[in-house]
Amino acid sequence: MSEPVTLQKTALFGAHQKLGARLVEFGGWQMPVQYTGIVEEHKAVREAAGVFDISHMGEFFVSGGGALAFLNGLLTNDAAKLGVAQGQYTLMLNEQGGVIDDLILYRLHEEEFLLVVNASKIDEDRAWMKKNLPTGVTFFDKSEATCALALQGPKALEIARAFLGAGWPEPKRNEITSYSWNCQNVLAARTGYTGEDGVELFFANEIADNFFLALLDAGKPFGLKPCGLGARDTLRLEACLPLNGNDLSAMHTPIEGGLGAFVSLTKEADFPGKDILQKQKSNGVNEKLVAFRLLEKGPPPRPHYRLFMGCEQVGETTSGAPSPTLGYGIGLAYVEVDEAEPGTVLEMEVRGARVPVEVVKKPFYKRAV
Amino acid sequence: MSTIPAQLRYAASHEWIKVEGETGTVGISDHAQHELSDVVYVDLPKVGTKIAAGAVVAVIESVKAASDIFSPVSGEVIEVNGDLVKKPELVNSDPYGAAWLFRLKLSAPAELEALKDAAGYKAQIGE
Repeated sequence: MSEPVTLQKTALFGAHQKLGARLVEFGGWQMPVQYTGIVEEHKAVREAAGVFDISHMGEFFVSGGGALAFLNGLLTNDAAKLGVAQGQYTLMLNEQGGVIDDLILYRLHEEEFLLVVNASKIDEDRAWMKKNLPTGVTFFDKSEATCALALQGPKALEIARAFLGAGWPEPKRNEITSYSWNCQNVLAARTGYTGEDGVELFFANEIADNFFLALLDAGKPFGLKPCGLGARDTLRLEACLPLNGNDLSAMHTPIEGGLGAFVSLTKEADFPGKDILQKQKSNGVNEKLVAFRLLEKGPPPRPHYRLFMGCEQVGETTSGAPSPTLGYGIGLAYVEVDEAEPGTVLEMEVRGARVPVEVVKKPFYKRAV
Repeated sequence: MSTIPAQLRYAASHEWIKVEGETGTVGISDHAQHELSDVVYVDLPKVGTKIAAGAVVAVIESVKAASDIFSPVSGEVIEVNGDLVKKPELVNSDPYGAAWLFRLKLSAPAELEALKDAAGYKAQIGE
């Protein structure tokens, strides 16, 4: 066993305990993995709505006259394309083009930005940003004071309207708006990590319990359930949304990860790894992140299983689970480009045995619009 | 509160064993199935496998993860529960009945003494 670490708790820890959540360690945090069951919570999000505590994620505020130039020189997507209140998925890379973190960048005001980053990467991201911070740009890490909830599912917007009231300025897809709830500022972003419509809500820790319980109450008639990280993982996997630390890492670039759409090679600003990504774009890559499914009833895919074509290892899985929506095992894997085409049948090694899997088109699940 | 039948013996790793003569039937406890939740796949040993007490003998996969199952005692696998291949969810619904995992011919029955009775297991899981 490793030395004991003190796990961090979100402001909603007590509320999770009262709701009967099973709490597990995740990225240094004690988080609910489930309340009633992963499959039940997964289905609630696909069919009605679920709410997730995502307070473990980090919130950085960057502002000042040089903020845009600074962020554009640090992140892969083109931040200049953001109008006020708009957000975009983007990545922070190391000099080799490997992924440090993937995040959402929102332009709150002309010269003020919010970055929502992964829990396990808060310290690394902050250090990287501070190291590169130019004069005239202000950086605030408000992660510890901020509570965040993801309200997701086909009924999520109805619930948000009913809960926040008629005056709530509803954000459009990828937008963020600010609103006063009981005299407390609440930011609502039309984003998520489940493949469903929904909002992510950010507010001060002081109102965490009240806000969370009032939201659960307001959502009850719509079928809203509190959901844990277990369902969050199966939901995001069905939608083929990558998980940093599994599907993304310092070992792979966003081009290899299939995230080229979130990398602007045409913007003027240079960002770390840009030259390497440029080369990959023109010369091609050796490996690609693909989606695959089990072809027979068998053990569900898990991370770090080896994939074979005959005697040759051609890849390794990075995520995997039985899909509650589809009823079969699904996963993501880096495989050699020659074997990355949908329809390619490979063998996955599980505990010494091999089971057939097929490379399929991403995503596994797409909601009806 | 989970169910803990009085007539069974329990391993600290949450397996139960029912002994009839030289034969032991093994499964996982109600507490364990609840902790795993949503069982989707069970990997069973081959009949004829000789295993030592405490060795990994099977794997139960839930939606979230794959969990090793340890043999509470030493012996030879003489029968496995093929029903679990088609209906792994039985582990959740009937952990002490239809979801038995395998039967062993005990090679060292004295090992049973090291297992917990229902009261000992109840204390272990804090119920």
